[in-house]
Amino acid sequence: MYRYDEFDHDFVQARVAEFSDQVARRLTGEITEDQFRPLRLMNGVYLQLHAYMLRIAVPYGTLNSKQLRMLGHIARKYDKGYGHFTTRQNIQFNWPALSDIPAILADLASVEMHAIQTSGNCIRNVTADHFAGAAADEVADPRPYAEILRQWSSVHPEFSFLPRKFKIAVTGAERDRAAIQTHDIGLHLKKNAAGELGFAVYVGGGQGRTPMIAKKIRDFLPEADLLSYCTAILRVYNLYGRRDNKYKARIKILVHETGVEEITRQVEAEWQELKDADLKLPEADIRAIDAYFAPPALTDRPEGDEAVKLARLDSKSFSEWLDQNVVTHRHPDYAAVTISLKGIGEAPGDASDSQMEAIADLAEKYAFDELRVSHEQNLILPHVARADLKAVYDSLVDIGLATANSNLISDIISCPGLDYCALATARSIPVAQEISRRFASLERQREIGELKLKISGCINACGHHHVGHIGILGVEKKGAELYQVTLGGSADENTSVGEIIGRGFSSAEITDAIEQIVETYLGLRLDRNEKFIDAYRRVGPAPFKEALYAGEAKAA
Amino acid sequence: MKVLTANRLTDGEAVWYANGGWAETIDNADLAHDKAAEDRLEAIGAAAYANNEVVDVNLIDVTVANGVVEPVRLREKIRAAGPTNRNDLGKQARPEAFRAA
Repeated sequence: MYRYDEFDHDFVQARVAEFSDQVARRLTGEITEDQFRPLRLMNGVYLQLHAYMLRIAVPYGTLNSKQLRMLGHIARKYDKGYGHFTTRQNIQFNWPALSDIPAILADLASVEMHAIQTSGNCIRNVTADHFAGAAADEVADPRPYAEILRQWSSVHPEFSFLPRKFKIAVTGAERDRAAIQTHDIGLHLKKNAAGELGFAVYVGGGQGRTPMIAKKIRDFLPEADLLSYCTAILRVYNLYGRRDNKYKARIKILVHETGVEEITRQVEAEWQELKDADLKLPEADIRAIDAYFAPPALTDRPEGDEAVKLARLDSKSFSEWLDQNVVTHRHPDYAAVTISLKGIGEAPGDASDSQMEAIADLAEKYAFDELRVSHEQNLILPHVARADLKAVYDSLVDIGLATANSNLISDIISCPGLDYCALATARSIPVAQEISRRFASLERQREIGELKLKISGCINACGHHHVGHIGILGVEKKGAELYQVTLGGSADENTSVGEIIGRGFSSAEITDAIEQIVETYLGLRLDRNEKFIDAYRRVGPAPFKEALYAGEAKAA
Repeated sequence: MKVLTANRLTDGEAVWYANGGWAETIDNADLAHDKAAEDRLEAIGAAAYANNEVVDVNLIDVTVANGVVEPVRLREKIRAAGPTNRNDLGKQARPEAFRAA
């Protein structure tokens, strides 16, 4: 993985010193809250309901064991024994004292981490496919490009005060696991007919109160032009993006209001001025960054086949976990493992200090010291020899993280919601927990099959509800929580925005409503192979509306 | 009826104005029954903000039943108790500070 060079170290150390000084001056009252607020936000410090919150960047979701161990240490020493992994592949701590944050940042810097640009109207943490470097279906590892974007966008003077925040995602496979079409810029790394690497470029996707699917504005951008082209997009946005209305300030609104053709023309025109200048990436520089992401030396471990076969016979639960949480690796003797942070009835994305440390140990022992955070709020061991899968599984059982529910209905994305968040209008986590308990039986979940359920506690859509196969949006209505259900959303290569199915449900009704939707699907699917999303696309909302609301219509 | 709430500057702890200071629980918060009392609390909040004691200062609606102060909005109920999914966290986790309802 990427290692800081001297420049990175100096940059992060300088920022820790600068922000520590700002915190000290704030605590003595030398600077006011109005002066301090933008400074703390630039360093990932929010004020939430119960305390401050610190959001720490995990660049493109990649961590090593030393870093995860440090996160465990921070959770224990400065927080309340746990952290929350987010949909931007980051981690948040919910209870740090402002006075402790300088010490936390110093600890983070010691393992090459920071919280810079995890908030504010700047380019946020660039996300990538969590199976990058391991996936069998990948053209090339997208992370070197994410790293190039990170270096370019860190305290970029021109792009530090954009109209609004800006999110970029990169995938290196046809199968989109990075939700690129819901991003301000989505990059799909691919090869052209000549075998050269480049990107399909998508612009103007986003969720929030106005969900939009990104538009493809270029089918193939040579890799050397990555920064000049992104600069052109950002320049057009920075110049024309609205600053008069926070809710219309994202690039998705600009793209929508300007039209794809015109925005493409503007970007291309800007790019013509930039493409042959100093932003062109030298081949040697790209390959130098590539080298940091060189895959680990995966020695052949052909004994894995037999070991897995025997272990399967021995343990039904291992076999189920294998089927659900383990995916094919580009090396036939290896696999990528999803560690579910969605135990039945648990808060999605939370991990305790000791779990983080135990997972770090597993990564060190069995996974070449590599870990990923997925945008679906799970952790990934990207390279595990099949021969070691049973040992990894047994260790996960010991720490309560062997739930075999990846991509099933209890693998829920949920924002923190009103239990923590100052912006939230309704709770999310308890809804996720209740649904998870209702569908606790893994047998039943497998029978239902792939189903992505996503919950947001307000219209800002941090819980990605718009692109859930089933989405739940919590709002406040007449002083009570009300949950609106959308169906048919998807965040993969066939991205779609879910449609509101009808009137919302109270917190007491919502789990029953979800169960009703699931039962309706089970009743109408052609066979077990027809997934929920495919069935919904085939039949549309009518049968679900009927199941949920027919009784009411008759009563009325 | 209203009480004055904020978060303490140094650690972000949710606090309520009570008996001339900032308390970590809502129980004994100063109650404003009329506009004059609200104005008084508001002035106290503004001064404490200016004095860098607290941030995010707000007057919130409460009800009092059998001497127990209860915020009206769910958001404020959660601030006064802690996350509803983790009763081992927040005010509710501190028996000495949190009066069992």
